[in-house]
This record gives sequence, structure tokens and C-alpha cells, in this order.
Amino acid sequence: MRFWGRRRALVCRQAVALMAGYLDGALSDGDRARLEVHLAECPHCHEYLAQLRATIRAAGQVQPDVLSDEALDELVTLYRRWTTG
Amino acid sequence: MALACAVVSDDGEIVARLQAGDEEAFAALVRQYQASLLRLAGAIVVSSAVAEEVVQETWLAVVRGVERFEGRSSLKTWLFRILANRARTTLGRELRSASLPLDEVTEHFDRAGAWVSPPVPWSDQADDRIVAERLAAKVRDVLPTLPDAQRQVVVLRDVEGLSAADVASVLGLSDGNQRVLLHRARARLRQQLETDVARI
Repeated sequence: MRFWGRRRALVCRQAVALMAGYLDGALSDGDRARLEVHLAECPHCHEYLAQLRATIRAAGQVQPDVLSDEALDELVTLYRRWTTG
Repeated sequence: MALACAVVSDDGEIVARLQAGDEEAFAALVRQYQASLLRLAGAIVVSSAVAEEVVQETWLAVVRGVERFEGRSSLKTWLFRILANRARTTLGRELRSASLPLDEVTEHFDRAGAWVSPPVPWSDQADDRIVAERLAAKVRDVLPTLPDAQRQVVVLRDVEGLSAADVASVLGLSDGNQRVLLHRARARLRQQLETDVARI
């Protein structure tokens, strides 16, 4: 068991589990430091975190559907009724 | 209606105009948020017809409740909160087939907690603007396939850009559950993007 000598070091599974908290800046100082040590040593987890960041960027660029004029008119007509009724 | 195309950026101004019964302000708000509200509603209720009803009820609640909007959250968060409450109430009435999400784990580790199949490095071009647009289109296609709870969280956090605290409050989740759902959703999206990135 190679981790016995460094009980507080993270394995990859634990590192990945901490990433959402890390990206939110919500980890304790200890967890953040352990994760950063792991990321510096583990190219796979380093890559995985970079891919999560790219995924978040892509999600942030999802364009909303264009609202049709008919749908807008329908809601504005309802608005007129709601505000006058 | 030039204002109908404008992006509404100042909550205080738009609220004042709505309180004054300004139709163009309402139209601008609808243009800005209708698609987002529909996307979230679709992640909570089952049918798209019900989702549309819930969004319409949300607008009515906004019109009736705008007098009471105090600006303690952003207007956007307030809209999503009204919608989530309406949708959950509707869901209670709606006969919904049991659809507990399969708790798929998309990362695979061995018993020691090491990667079984490590992530394949993505091309540096994944950061390129054109490529990012393609990936965004893929995310948009994949979103409807996510389990509902994951979809609700990732839509609000990563697509709409709400804070963790606002998402937890809008959806009635603990911070911890919100984060677990978010992680699962992102892991699933990442996995789906992988095949596209490989073709770049």
C-alpha cells in the first residue's frame, strides 16, 4: 500500500471529487493544498480539470433560442390583459 | 419597438418601468429570458406544453409581484426562483413516471482510486473561439439528455451563470448536493464533448 507512508495524499478519485468545490473556491485550505499538490504531480487529473474548465466555458456560450415574433406578441397581449384587467 | 431588442441590464430601471406598466420593458424582458425560463422549466416538468404553461404563469406572477420586488436578489435570480417554485408545484400535480436518474459515474477508477482510463488530452484548439462555439452547440444538444436534477443545476450555474448560493436557494438544495449534481452534470457533458474534440 504505497499511500500508507503519506496518508494525507490524495488518490485520483478523491482529487476528482474535490474539483467542483475547488472550481467554486469552496474548499478548506487543507483540501485545496492537497488537491494542488496532487494536480502538480498527476498529469491525468491536471488534464481532467482543464477539460472541466473547457466544458464550463462551452456551457457558458450556449445561445438561447430565438423567440418568435408570434410568441412575443402573444405574451405582450397577455401582459396588456393582466395590467388592465 | 426598438427597446424590445435591447438587453435589459439595469434591474432597478426595468423594475421601475414594469411597475409603471411599461409594455416595451416587459417585451424586452421576455426576449431576454423566455428561452432560459423554458429551458429550466423543461428540466423540471415532463412535457413541453406544461413547461410553456409554467413559464406563462411565471410571467403573470412577475407582473403581479413586481411591486414587491425588493432587489435582494438579482431580477434574473428572482425570475428563476418564481419559475422553479411554479414548476415544482405543477410537478406535484402532474403524474410523473418514476424516473430516478441512473447514478452514472463517468469517471472510472480502480480499487486504489487511480484512473483506469485516464482522460485523453484535448487539442489546444479546444480553447479556440470557433471550436468553443462548436462545443457550445454540442452542450446544447446534450443538455436534454442529462438527468433532470443535474440538468437544472448545470443550466443555472454554467449556462445562466448564477452563483452556487443562488442555485442552491432557487432549487431548494443544500450547497453540498448542489455541488455533487453539478459535478456529475459537468462530468457527463465533458464525456460527450470528448468525441467531438477528438475530431477537431
